[in-house]
Amino acid sequence: MGDKPLGVKDYPLAETCPERVTGHRGKALDALTIEAVLSGELQMEDLRITAEALRRQAEIARDAGRAALGRNFERAAEMTKVPQTVVMEVYELLRPGRAPSKDALLQAAQGLREEYGAEALAGLVEEAAEVYEKRGLFRTRY
Amino acid sequence: MSNSYDANRWKRFDDWDARPLRHDQFAVEDPENGFSAFAGAADPKPGLTVGNGRVASMDGIPAAEFDMIDAFIAAHHLDMDVAEEAMAIPSAQLARMLVDMNVPREELVRLARGLTPAKLAEAVAQLNAMEIAFAYSKMRARKTPGNQAHVTNAKDDPLQLAADAAVAVALGFDEIETTMRVARNSWSNALACCVGSVVGRAGTLFQCSSEEAEELEIGMAGFTSYAETVSVYGTESAFVDGDDTPWSKAWLAAAYASRGIKMRCTSGAASELLMGYHEAKSLLYLEARCLCLQRGMGSQGTQNGGIDGAPLASSIPGGVREIWAENLLAVWLDLECASGNDARHSESEMRVAAKVLPFLIGGSDLICSGFGSILKYDNSFNPSSFNGEELEEFLVLQRDFEADGGLTPIEDASALGLRRRAVDALSHVLKDLGLAEPTEVMKRSVAVASGSNDTESFAPRDVAVISDRISSRGITVIDVIRSLYGGGFREEAENLLFLVKLRVSGDYLQTSAIIRDGHVISAINDPNDYTGPGTGYRVSEARRAELAAIRNVLDREEVLRREAASEAGEARAVEYRTMGPAERGADPGEVVVGVSPGFGTKIFRTLAGHPLSAVLRALRDGIEAGGGRMRVLRIRHTADTSFLGLSAARLSGSGVGIGIQSKGTAVIHHKDRLPHNNLELFSNAPVTTLAHYRALGENAAGYAKGDLPAPVVVPTQGEALGAKFHARVALTYAIETKMCENNASPEVLEIHFAEGADGG
Repeated sequence: MGDKPLGVKDYPLAETCPERVTGHRGKALDALTIEAVLSGELQMEDLRITAEALRRQAEIARDAGRAALGRNFERAAEMTKVPQTVVMEVYELLRPGRAPSKDALLQAAQGLREEYGAEALAGLVEEAAEVYEKRGLFRTRY
Repeated sequence: MSNSYDANRWKRFDDWDARPLRHDQFAVEDPENGFSAFAGAADPKPGLTVGNGRVASMDGIPAAEFDMIDAFIAAHHLDMDVAEEAMAIPSAQLARMLVDMNVPREELVRLARGLTPAKLAEAVAQLNAMEIAFAYSKMRARKTPGNQAHVTNAKDDPLQLAADAAVAVALGFDEIETTMRVARNSWSNALACCVGSVVGRAGTLFQCSSEEAEELEIGMAGFTSYAETVSVYGTESAFVDGDDTPWSKAWLAAAYASRGIKMRCTSGAASELLMGYHEAKSLLYLEARCLCLQRGMGSQGTQNGGIDGAPLASSIPGGVREIWAENLLAVWLDLECASGNDARHSESEMRVAAKVLPFLIGGSDLICSGFGSILKYDNSFNPSSFNGEELEEFLVLQRDFEADGGLTPIEDASALGLRRRAVDALSHVLKDLGLAEPTEVMKRSVAVASGSNDTESFAPRDVAVISDRISSRGITVIDVIRSLYGGGFREEAENLLFLVKLRVSGDYLQTSAIIRDGHVISAINDPNDYTGPGTGYRVSEARRAELAAIRNVLDREEVLRREAASEAGEARAVEYRTMGPAERGADPGEVVVGVSPGFGTKIFRTLAGHPLSAVLRALRDGIEAGGGRMRVLRIRHTADTSFLGLSAARLSGSGVGIGIQSKGTAVIHHKDRLPHNNLELFSNAPVTTLAHYRALGENAAGYAKGDLPAPVVVPTQGEALGAKFHARVALTYAIETKMCENNASPEVLEIHFAEGADGG
């Protein structure tokens, strides 16, 4: 795996290059064993997908002609850095009638961009803000 | 007889009223009010104009007037690099390309990226049902077909969930889905199915359908591996009432992927109609919007094809064809398709089977998106098209068509073994983690139970306590793996670890991914390459043998074994003495009974189960009651009923004979008639009683005297006797025909009935 984007031939990653597939704390697939579970060494963090793995899957998806799926994996790659509470807060804000105004969404986008370098996610939220305003979705629902 | 001759309707309508079909409510086509499958009153004409590389109008709507769905599709679905080329192709030509095996899937998928919802809908609407089914088979993404099960029960009993999950895994389901009767039981259901799903085999994906935020949390704790409840809708108002927008759903799509959890969206015909916002548009057009949205947000797949709206869609003319058409749109848009066939759309078993057939014979990523692996009353999603009750019918359909529906028959003993193992494994985990103390009675009742009505297990309130404990103590899949291993459930621990490790590489996030034999297969490494006969998915010899191996199949040895079982009894009841070649009789009162070669030598009972000695006795009694005398001959050159009868008649002093095969089929014949033009035929041996044989004898004696007796009628209730008996008939008859010798002459049999052996 060099700089060249991965392709269909590199799939599945767990079989073509297991040594490069690691969890969040850097443990490779081979190290995720029953022994590691029993010793307490293996934690949920080790079972979390990394931004790198998602970017590789995005490359494979694009090579298979699935750019939209690739873009989702790229957004997901950014989201691996976003804490769960923030993920759920922004989700809630994106639901109809939750954000009282466009500003709330723009602010959330700014936070995503500044704190997590999540450019694509911020773009998605900003786009939502534009459309919600046009369609009057900042109305209270309950 | 009732005297209702003055009824004012044909009584057949009463019969029809009593059929299950009449529980289905059908609706008049009414495009203005949303009741149209393909041609809504307000469906737009396809079209696309582009300015400065951006969409200026789509399907007749200017960009400034886009609702949020149009806006999302224009921004995220439409690929400007192919839109102009694709939209210029006439819809009729696109339709022809879909059914042309020489146009590869990839080319159609490429074009779909540039097609608007109205254009996609217009193209597939030109296909008839047969063409839609064929195109679906050609266009689906992954080559190997699969299936998904529902595993739920009416008590949310975790022990039963574990046992039923293990059975679903053994049956071959690639995914299992649970949900709860009571929302707060979600964590308990998730843990139970998670443990059950790793008994016997690794790699069955599992989801727990619950509230969006909680479902994601359960996934993050490692109990589930996929989600499919990310619903989208085809009108803005329905979407908003569903409490989401395309952007909030796109956010969720990324959220699941970011946690290494496989995800697909859900949409289906008539959801907008049910939710009161149809905009006078057709089911198909609204569904085309849903599917373009899903592709645009980067969902790898969809659960689609009516789904909860299937019953309503099916009430409209063409509704089922529309459901197939939307499935075709899904795969044309290159989405994994869990093709519905879940919410039961009809009480008519014929409508159910007809609807699923294309997916069974042509394959689908997940043929049912959920097949009810449990009994109907235990299905917390509502009854499915197929349920625990009808599961064997699905297995037989696979065998009939040599089609891979993703399932494999299981045997009694292994099923019970797996259930016990799953119950033991979960019971250990529950105790070990301090969640609950299942008793022996609970465990034993669940292992053998067909459904929750038969169990003495946890009640919903107990389950809520278990569920709260799992959630509040922050128990994760790692705790469960450790506990399983410590309890001696090492294989299950390894299987569960294998499953959660899948999320690290993300390989199963790609389109149409499932796990087979420890490997991820998807549209990337197992693409559907159908280009005509001999290509695409073919059932291998090994798989064919699995599909054929249903239970209770009959073979020749089994027939002979069953006959041998009655041989001893017959040896006590009757003795046949061969007395040499038969001559033509001189007694004008005799009725000759010609029996077949295997009668009483290899075969000892009729299909109805009567001992042949009792049948002969009934014939004799009847003949004598009619004033005749019985003479029995063994016919050796034929086993055919007509020729048995005619041969007997020609040797009979009266000219009247009875032919009878050992399986019980009988005929009354006369020496001057053509072979197949007999006096009376008794062809339904399985429902022919000894009283009928007696009456047959009496009538034969009547014909011998020159009378014209009333023919004996053997009533049937319309049973499918062929289905029940013909395999045995063919095997039995082959035994007899093999005993026939050309030109062998009939022999006289002297019959000695044992005293008191009149079994009757």
